[in-house]
Order: sequence, then structure tokens, then C-alpha cells
Amino acid sequence: MPESREVKFSDAALEEYRSLLTHYPTRQAALLPTLWIAQREFGWLSEEAQAYVSALMELPPAHVRAVVSFYTMFHRKPVGRYLLDVCTNLSCRLRGADQIVECIRNRLKIGVGETTSDGKFTLDVVECLASCGTAPMLQLNQDAFYENLTPDSTLKLIDELAARDR
Amino acid sequence: MERILTRWLDIPDLKKLDVYLANNGYAAARKAFFDMKPEDIINEVKNSNLRGRGGAAFPTGTKWSFIPKDSKKPVYVCVNGDESEPGTFANRYQFENDPHGIIEGILITCRAVGSHTAYIYMRGEFTVQKRSIDAALAEARARGYVGKNVMGSGYDVEIWTHRGAGAYICGEESALLESLEGKRGYPRNRPPFPAIQGAFGCPTVVNNIETLSNVPHIINRGADWYKAIGPEKSPGTKLVCLSGHVNKPGLYELPMGMPIKDMIYDIGGGMLDGKTLKGVIPGGSSFPVLNKEESERAIFDFDSMRAIGSAMGSGVVIVMHEDTCMVDMLRATAHFYHHESCGQCTPCREGCGWIEKIMNEMEAGQGRIEQLDLLNNISDNMVGNTICVLADSIAMPVKSYVTKFRGEFEAHIKLGRCPFKSAEAKAQAA
Repeated sequence: MPESREVKFSDAALEEYRSLLTHYPTRQAALLPTLWIAQREFGWLSEEAQAYVSALMELPPAHVRAVVSFYTMFHRKPVGRYLLDVCTNLSCRLRGADQIVECIRNRLKIGVGETTSDGKFTLDVVECLASCGTAPMLQLNQDAFYENLTPDSTLKLIDELAARDR
Repeated sequence: MERILTRWLDIPDLKKLDVYLANNGYAAARKAFFDMKPEDIINEVKNSNLRGRGGAAFPTGTKWSFIPKDSKKPVYVCVNGDESEPGTFANRYQFENDPHGIIEGILITCRAVGSHTAYIYMRGEFTVQKRSIDAALAEARARGYVGKNVMGSGYDVEIWTHRGAGAYICGEESALLESLEGKRGYPRNRPPFPAIQGAFGCPTVVNNIETLSNVPHIINRGADWYKAIGPEKSPGTKLVCLSGHVNKPGLYELPMGMPIKDMIYDIGGGMLDGKTLKGVIPGGSSFPVLNKEESERAIFDFDSMRAIGSAMGSGVVIVMHEDTCMVDMLRATAHFYHHESCGQCTPCREGCGWIEKIMNEMEAGQGRIEQLDLLNNISDNMVGNTICVLADSIAMPVKSYVTKFRGEFEAHIKLGRCPFKSAEAKAQAA
């Protein structure tokens, strides 16, 4: 994510925003989906990004901030290029989630909630992601699920992700 | 048993509109829009005894009948696809494999309650699933099943997906509505109930994905057919989410009223590594845990589970074997509720924090025996004293673990460490 990018939606994003407004009887109802667009456009929801959404939607900045801070998937600080969210809730614990977290920590030399110094990986632990029958699991970049993990398959995934950037 | 809700296992590509249509797809919607009056639809669903699958088990037809007839305000249908209860993973596969089954259920519901707009609220993590249902909606819209003049009936139904952003509480129906309106997911005081004042101040039906997926089958084949599956008062099949220490965890569609024992030893292929059963978390993390003896006699339907002091909840069966540390399981549960408490009500916000703190000490072997009474005392002061039941959802498990597995808590205190962690693991952790 380029750091000096201007905080402004692309034309395509603005188009998407306008079409969202037609889904709801109030403008405010489009706030969550609009914040999702903002996070996709800017990588995370900086104060500037939040101010932009607040101005765009004509909503009080305090309301936007209150909403952003309530939901855990909105990033209020930058995250690495590859965000690894490992579930450590009940079913995943029973199937070895702790070992998965441990092997990622050891490989990347970072703790939970931390990002590698090259900005490539962020490790986090999350609550149940509805993948209990295929535990343990992790979600990559808040999108694809990687399931039935073993320490070996987890390290293989990390190696593949690391190689993508070379 | 015939698969009803998981037909996709027998019909490849059911998620495609043409395949869905070739398998009696949208026939129930056609019947509901052309051959039935709204009250006929409600009566058929009432007669089927279909009960909500989200956890509360409320009769679906009765819920629909609460919507005022000829409302001056628009009526909304909100579909709960937040699916965040730990141990639950049914809606996820439904979104991925049978999106048209969901859409058809929504269409019929809209017709029954006089609604022209439905929202499918999906948990923020369900991106793959959102793409799946959005694709199906686009296909259905292009072919006239969704949007203006549905199937040429003159009746409009718009269906939109709405993605949350990571908050367990948004699975609670009033918090879901707040979140849909672009706010923090704070549960609302009731009354007014959603049927009178739900989304955007208008009459609203909130139904679970799995519940609505039953509706097309009931309309197609009739209430009597449905009632003949499983116990008459809570009939139908149930999507059972089997996980934990079994050889074959996964999603299974089973008739209501199957013994949990059969799920473990038959459906689930027995205990992992041939170990001995210690207990089961039924219903989801919000419900009282069962010990071995209770698990082995439990019958999985709404009323039987209630009779043994727990619940069927959202169809969860988390199986635990002899090596499971029950203190750690309760600690993880307490961490979850502390993390997910919305913070509105003091007994919940503070109570969840205190319970987690005590459980952290307990698991680390630094607990004190009097804290067992304290855990019960805190829990008693949380139950019934808050806007929603999140507080109850940790209080009930706490009391069940402390009562049923008291010996394990005492062992942690006596040893000064977790007896399930080897000395070696302990040294590593330190």
C-alpha cells in the first residue's frame, strides 16, 4: 500500500458507493459497506480515511469513529501485506490451534498482534470463524479460509506467501 | 434419510440457477406467489411446527403473524447470516452451496409478511460466502426471480446482502438491526419488538438462514410431510455442526431427536485417537456443558435438551476427550464473551471481565478455592440483569463447568499449575 496516496475514493469506488445508497432507506445504513470500500481503497482506516468517509456521507465524525472502533475487522493501524488471523476459539483449540499460533510466531519471529519488520506479515488471533468442522484454521487477508491446518501446512503456506513477493 | 437442506451433496452445481431450476427450484415461490394468499403461507408454516434454528427455537409462522397486516410503513425481512456462535458452521456451507435455496425462502417470507425489501446480514468474515450469494442474486435478478415484478406476479422483492465487520453481538437480532442501520451493534431494549419496530423503525421479521431454507420445502410438500420428520413439536431435519475430538467432524443433516451418543460414535466415526469421552458442549458456547454421563443420554432436539438443563441452540456438538482441560475451555469461553461484550450494560461489561480474570488465574494455577463461589456469585448477578442475553451466555456455562467439573478446578489450585500441561510444556511457556 503506497503511503503517500491521497485520501480520496477512485471513480470506481465512488460509483460503488452511490449504488450502495440505493439499497437502503437511509444514507447512514450504507456506513459499514462504505467503510469496507475505504479499507479496500486505503488499506486501513486512518483518521484521514475516517474523516473522508464522514464528509462523503455527511455523518458526524464522532459517529464514524464510534462505528469503526466497535468492529474488530476495521483496521485502525496499518497491517502487513499478509494478515494471518488464526482462530483460537473452542473447536480450534481442541484440534491444536495453539500449536499453529506457536509455529507462526517462531517462523516469523513476531508476537500476536505484531507485524514483521519488512511489513509482509501480521499475525493475529481471532474468535470463531465458522470453520469448526475443519479446525484448526486461519483466514488470510480477511478473505480465504485455510483449514485442517497442521504446523507443516501452515509453514508451507507462509513460505508460499513469502515467495510471492520475490 | 433424504437430504433436504444439504441437497447439494447429491446435486452437483446446485448453486447454479439452471441446476436449481431443474431440481424443482423456485416451484415453491411460484406456488406462494400465484396459488396462495399470504395468510395461507403463514398458516402452512405455522402448521408445520417449524421452529427458528438460530437458537431461540421460536415458532416461525407465529413470528410472521406478529407483523401488522396492511402496515402503512414498509415491512422488512432481515435474514440473520451472522453465524458467530462458537461451534456453528452451517450457514457458511449453505451460502456456498445452496444460495438459491436461501433466496427462495426469502421470497416466500416476503410474500407472506407483505415485504418488498429483504437484507441478508452476513458476518464480516464471510467474503467467499458473500460472493457466492451475490452471484446467485445477480443471476436470479437477471432472470426475473428477484427485483421488480417477481416472476411476472406484479409483486416486487429486492434482496440485498449486508456485510458486518467482526462483532459476535450482531447475531443478536436487535443488535443486527442497529448494525444494519449503520451503527454500533448495541442490542435494543424490548418492547418494542422488531415485528412492530425493527429495521428503520418499521415492522421487521428477523429469521435465521437455516430456518428460511426449510420454507420452500414446506410450501412444496406440505406441513404434514414436514411434521412427519423427527419429533412432532420440533420437526424437520437439523444441520448439526459436529466438531472437536471426533474422527469425522463436519456438517451433518440429521433428523431432529438423534442421540448425541450416535452422533459421536456412529456419524462422527468415534472418538479421536480412541480416547474416552469427557464431555460435550451442546448448542454453542453459550449453553451449559454436559459431562460424560449426560452426553451419553442426551437426545438432540429443542425440548429434550431443555429437559436436561442445556439447549440445542444453533445445532452445535463440540466433543471433548479425556485430555481436555475443562478449566482452559471455560477460560477460553470467558475470554470470548469478555471480548464480545458490547459494553452497554455494567453487569455484563464488568462481569465478563472479572470472570475472565479469575479464569486466567485459575488456569495458571494461581486460583483460590473461594473463587469458585465467587464465579457463581458473579454469574448470578449477571443473569437477567442486562438488555440482551450475552451476559447469561457466559453465566450459564460458568455455573455448569464449576458444578460438573469442580474437581479439575480444585486440582489446578492444589497443584499450582494446570494438570493437563506437562512440566516440560510449563517450562517452555515460562
